[in-house]
Amino acid sequence: MGSKQKPGKSILPFVIIGGVLIIAIGGGALLFRSAKQPASPTPKPASSNSKTANTSSTALVGAKPPHAKGSESAPVVLEEFGDFECPPCGLFYPQLKKLEADYGPDKLRVVFRQFPLPTIHKHAIISAYAAEAAGFQGRFWEMYDKLYTDQATWSKAPDPRTFFLDYARDIGLDVPRFVQDMGSPEADSRVLFDRQRGMSLGVTGTPTIFVNGRMLAPETTDKQLRDMIDAGIKSGGK
Amino acid sequence: MSVQREGIVAPKAGAETTSDADRRGTLLYTIAAILSLVGLADAIYLTIEHLAGRSVQCTIVSGCSEVLSSSYATIFGLPLASIGALAYFTVFSCAILAIFGYSSARILLTIVVALMFLATLWLLFVQAFILQAFCAYCLLSAGITLTLTGIIVAAAARHKRAVR
Repeated sequence: MGSKQKPGKSILPFVIIGGVLIIAIGGGALLFRSAKQPASPTPKPASSNSKTANTSSTALVGAKPPHAKGSESAPVVLEEFGDFECPPCGLFYPQLKKLEADYGPDKLRVVFRQFPLPTIHKHAIISAYAAEAAGFQGRFWEMYDKLYTDQATWSKAPDPRTFFLDYARDIGLDVPRFVQDMGSPEADSRVLFDRQRGMSLGVTGTPTIFVNGRMLAPETTDKQLRDMIDAGIKSGGK
Repeated sequence: MSVQREGIVAPKAGAETTSDADRRGTLLYTIAAILSLVGLADAIYLTIEHLAGRSVQCTIVSGCSEVLSSSYATIFGLPLASIGALAYFTVFSCAILAIFGYSSARILLTIVVALMFLATLWLLFVQAFILQAFCAYCLLSAGITLTLTGIIVAAAARHKRAVR
């Protein structure tokens, strides 16, 4: 430490700093790579995170009929528990759209379940009601599209209802009826039933995806999801 | 704060030898360097979480995904955590250089830590009152920065005494 009075004498500090810089960048790059591409080629849900929900007697059925698109005889059913205000759900939305387009309604049936998280999203409940109200006029998926594609806009608004009314008009709903349905006990109970189904299946966050009753780990990649769907198609949904 | 202390402790300063003060200063900067390494690792982890989009779920138990996916986690299109990583690296570098007697590093260190302190106060405010969600890794970083601030204040006070 005698050298400390005369700066510039030792290269040691720069060696230390350089070393840390290299470790930081190297470690960061490694972490980033492993984060992007999970090491295990097989889907995680095979282990602890999976639940064979549909066969479980404790699972509640949820709202009836569910919001679903695709053939009832499709070998693969993808059930999403979602919150319209949740950004990761918004990110999953285009991914799911792509899956639907790639597999088609005969192979992939998509079910949406309401799982609003009002403690962290202040408009979660009201947006769920908006989708249900559209559903009463047979336009659930149109409203679902609007809510997800425009999530960034309405979720930041102090009162998103004005946006929801615009969407209702855009998709050709009977607006007064839409407004009335949004506040109806029927909309409320549908949301509640879906949420209770989620709870009974052990859902704690959104989006939570089930493929043929099997819960996917949140970090499941698109590739892993496709592998699961492919496997489901191959086995005919068994 | 160091100005206040200066007035109180200045009469005693003559009793302490320069090397004593230096040794303690070195110890403080060593602690600062170690802490900043922890902060650096934490900030890198958060940056990766942010970039890799690992905040893949909104959960009933609110936490990092909420905080990281919020608009407050980005500044000028950069993940805030990456700026944090840069700041911690600067703190580490300055602390190492300060240990080796570079006085300009000491000044830069004080400035950077002061800025980090202010940023930390803002981010704590955002988590507590705007998002109403706390991220454990962000809180760890806040704890480190607050400790660093204390260390820098102490080191500055020692330095003031030493030069008298």
